[in-house]
Amino acid sequence: MAAGPPTVFGHPTEQLADLYSSCPSRHYQVTQLLALFGQNNHLSCPRVFLYGPTGSGKSHVISSILNTLKLPHALVNCVECYTSRLLYDHILNQVALVTPAPDNDYTNYSRCDNMNDFVKTLRTVIEDRELQEETMYIVLDKAERLREMDMNILPAFLRLGELTGCNVCVVLLTEIVWEKFRAGTGMCEPLVLHFPDYTKDELLEILSSDCPTGYTKDFYMSYINIVLSVFYMACRNLNEIRHLALLNFPKFCEPIKKGEATEEDVHKLWRNIEPHLRKALQTVYLREVSSAQWERMQEEAATQESSSANIKTLTGKVNMELPFYSKFLLIAAYLASYNPARTDRRFFLKHAGKMKKTVQQMKRDERASSQLLGPKPFPLDRLMAIFYSIVEGKVAPTANIYSQISSLVTLRLMTQVGSDDQLDGAKFKCTVGLDFMRSIARTVNFDIIRYLYDFV
Amino acid sequence: MSKRKSTGSAAMSEGACYSELQRVLRERVYKISAPCDVAGENDLDKPRRHLLDLIQRCSSMGESNSALIIGPRGAGKTMLLSSVLAELKENRDFRDNVLEVHLNGLLQTDDRIALKEITRQLQLENVVGNRVFGSFADNLAFLLEALKKGSRDSQAVLFVLEEFDLFAHHKNQTLLYNLFDVAQSQQAPITVIGLTCRLDVIELLEKRVKSRFSHRQIHLFNSLTFDQYLRVFRSLLVLPAEFRDKKFCGKWNKHVESLSDDPGVTSILRKLYDTSKDIRTLKMFLMLPVARICPSHPRLEMSDFVEAHKILTADSKSNTLHGLSVLELCLVVAMRRLSDVFVNQPFNFQMVYNEYQKFVQTRSYAVQSFDRPVVLKAFEHLQQMELVRAAEGAGIGGRGQKEFRPMLLMIDKSQLMQAIQKYPACPTEVKHWANTL
Repeated sequence: MAAGPPTVFGHPTEQLADLYSSCPSRHYQVTQLLALFGQNNHLSCPRVFLYGPTGSGKSHVISSILNTLKLPHALVNCVECYTSRLLYDHILNQVALVTPAPDNDYTNYSRCDNMNDFVKTLRTVIEDRELQEETMYIVLDKAERLREMDMNILPAFLRLGELTGCNVCVVLLTEIVWEKFRAGTGMCEPLVLHFPDYTKDELLEILSSDCPTGYTKDFYMSYINIVLSVFYMACRNLNEIRHLALLNFPKFCEPIKKGEATEEDVHKLWRNIEPHLRKALQTVYLREVSSAQWERMQEEAATQESSSANIKTLTGKVNMELPFYSKFLLIAAYLASYNPARTDRRFFLKHAGKMKKTVQQMKRDERASSQLLGPKPFPLDRLMAIFYSIVEGKVAPTANIYSQISSLVTLRLMTQVGSDDQLDGAKFKCTVGLDFMRSIARTVNFDIIRYLYDFV
Repeated sequence: MSKRKSTGSAAMSEGACYSELQRVLRERVYKISAPCDVAGENDLDKPRRHLLDLIQRCSSMGESNSALIIGPRGAGKTMLLSSVLAELKENRDFRDNVLEVHLNGLLQTDDRIALKEITRQLQLENVVGNRVFGSFADNLAFLLEALKKGSRDSQAVLFVLEEFDLFAHHKNQTLLYNLFDVAQSQQAPITVIGLTCRLDVIELLEKRVKSRFSHRQIHLFNSLTFDQYLRVFRSLLVLPAEFRDKKFCGKWNKHVESLSDDPGVTSILRKLYDTSKDIRTLKMFLMLPVARICPSHPRLEMSDFVEAHKILTADSKSNTLHGLSVLELCLVVAMRRLSDVFVNQPFNFQMVYNEYQKFVQTRSYAVQSFDRPVVLKAFEHLQQMELVRAAEGAGIGGRGQKEFRPMLLMIDKSQLMQAIQKYPACPTEVKHWANTL
C-alpha cells in the first residue's frame, strides 16, 4: 500500500522539505495548516482566517504550500477584484485553468454576474475537472476588501462548501482582526489563526539569506544587526527592512573598497554607516527620495565626496508661486482659521488696546490651542474683512478676487465645509501648514506670527 | 484463517486505519450541518415531529402550509430539516409526490434571481439545460399559472428558504407575498419552510405578507446541559461500529471514553461550554486536534486541547499589538492617555504627537526620538490596521489635513496593559509610562 517514497498527508517528503525550507521561521504555521488541509481526498477545514501584521509571510506561506504541493487552487487578491463580478471571473478562470490570452480573445471561462451563478458554475467546473474528491482551495488575499462589497459575499464565501456541496476550502488572508468582519446577523465563524510577527532573531536569519556574493555571512549579519538597531524601533516590516538593507549595503562596504578598513573593523564600519542609515530613515523610508535617486546619490558621494545632505526631496521644498492677492487671501484664511473670532477686534482694529492673558487663560489656551486642534471653519465675510485689513492699498471686490478664492479651494489650499450652499453662507477652512504659511508670508513681507493668537 | 487475515490487514495498513479515521472524523467535525445524534434528543424531538407532520401533510393530503424555524446560529436548523427530509425520502410515495426547491438568501439576492432558480429547480418548460429564458414578469406569470392550474391532487412543492430574513429585504417582498398567497388559497399544495436566526423576523414582513403567513414558528435553542455536551463531544469522536478494523476501532473508542473522563479535558470543555453552548463551537474546537491525529501522533493529548482552546479564545487585538514596533506601541499608549484625559472625545495626530514628544523629552533614555514624518507613518500604519478609526463626522477622503482628522482609539486599557506585559523586549520607560495610565 505504502509503495514509493514516504509520505505525510499524502504528500511526498521531498516536496515537504522544499516547502519547509522556503518558509523559514514558519515551521509551526506550515505544520498547522498542512494538518488542517489534510490529505487531498479528505474533507479539509472549510474556512480558515489568517491574520497577522504586514510582511509576516501569510500570502507567501499559503502560496508556497499550494504551489509546492501542486494542490488545485485559486488565489485572488481582493484589491484587484474591486467588483464582485471580477472576483467571480478570476476564481472561475483559475479553477477551470483558463487564462485570458490573445489566442482566446481574452475571454473568461464564463460570464457570471451574481453569487447564484457563481456557485452553480463552480460546481460544474469542479465536476468537469473531476475534482469532486479533491479539495479545491480558494484563497482570498486582502480579505478586508470583501467587507466593502455586497453584504452577501463574505457570508456566502464562508459557507461555500455547503452551498456548492463540494470539498472547498476558503482561506482569508488579512491584517485586520476577525471581529471587524462580523456584520448583520452573523455568519459561519471561520477557524481564526494568527501569524505572529518575526522576532528579531528570525528577522536576522531571514535577512541573512540574501547575502551578496563576495562577502561572508558573518559580515553581512553584522551589517544587518546595525540596520536593525536603527530601523527596528520604527519598522517591523520585513519587506521594508530588506529593501533598505540591500539599498545601503554598498555604502557599508565603501571603506573596505577604499582600503580604509578591513572586514574585522566593525567599529569603524559602524561609525561610517550609522549616520547614513539615520538619514535613510528620514528620507528613503518615507519615500521622500526614491530608491533610484538614493543609489545615484550614494555613487556620487563615493566619487565626489559630497555629503548627502543637499538632496532635493519630494516634500522638503514647499514653494508655490501664487499671485499677490491670492497670497493675502490665503494668509487671511489662515488667520481666520487659527484665531478665535473674538480676538479679531484686537488684532485688526487700530485702537483696540493690548491683549493680556491671565495665567488661567494661558493654561486653558494651551489645551485648546488651534495649532493642536486644527483649523476652524469661518464664513466668507470674515475672510474678506481680514483680507481688507491686512492688504495694503485699496482693493476692489472684483470678480477676480472671488474667483481666486474658488481657485484656492480647487488647489486644496482651502476647503469648503458643509457644501450644502455654494453661494450664500459658504464656510471655509484653511488647510495648509504653518511652515508653508510662513514662507508665503515672508514673500510679501508679512509677519504672520505677530497676528496669531497662539503665539501672543 | 479469516481471523488471521483480518489482523494481518490491520497490521499492514496502520496508515490506512488512520486515513479512514481521519475521513470519518473530518466528515463529522468539518461539516457544520452534519448531524450528531445525541444532541439533546428530547429537546429536538418535539420540533422534529411537528416539522415531519407538517411536511407529510403536504404530500399526503395536499395541504398548504408555511412555517418558520427560528434559532440562533449553530442551533441545528438546517440539520433538523435535512434529517426530516432524509427520513421522509425513504418513503417512495413522498419522493414521487413532492418536488423540493431550495433557496438561500445569500445566493438569491433579489427576486429575479430567485424566480429563475425556482423555475430551474422545478424543471419547467422554459428551461433548456441549465438556462432559464424569459423576463421577470414572464417567469412570474408562468410560475403562478403553473401553480394555480394545480389542484389538491397535483404534485406538492416544498419550498425551503434559508436565511429567510434576507428574503424579507427584497423589494416589495414580491416573492414572499406570492408564495404565501399560493399557500393560503386553494391552489397547488405548497409548503414554505423558512429558516432564520432573527427572532424578530415577523416584524420584517409587510402587513399583507404577514397576514398570509400561518404564524407557525418552531424555535430551536441551544439548551444542552453539560452532561449532554459531554455526550456530544464523545459522539463526535467515537468511531462507528461499521469501521473496518474492529481492533483499532475498539482501542480508539476506549481512548475517547478515557478522554471524556479526564478531569483536565472536562475542565477545558467546561470553560468552552460556559462561553458558548452551541455545537458549532465545539466542532471548531476539535478541528485542530482531530487534524493532528496520524500514526506518529496516534492519541489526542491534553496538550492538543490546551492549544486548541488557546487558539479559540486568543484575544486577537492583543495579538495585533504584539506585532507593532516600539514607536507604534508608544503612540498607542499616548492615545490611550489622551482618551483617558478627554473621555470619549476624539483626538488628532497633532495631539498624539505632542503627547509623544512630552514622553520622549522627559522620560526617554533608550527610546530614540523620531521625526514627525516617521511618527506620522507609524500613525498611518495603525490606522491601516484599524486600531485607530476616524471619528464620525470627520472629513472623508482628501478633505482636510490628516494631522487634524479626529480619531478614536479602538483598544481597551486592559488589552493594552496585557499586550505590554507580553511584548518582547519592551523598553522599561515605555512600561513605566503605560503604568502611569
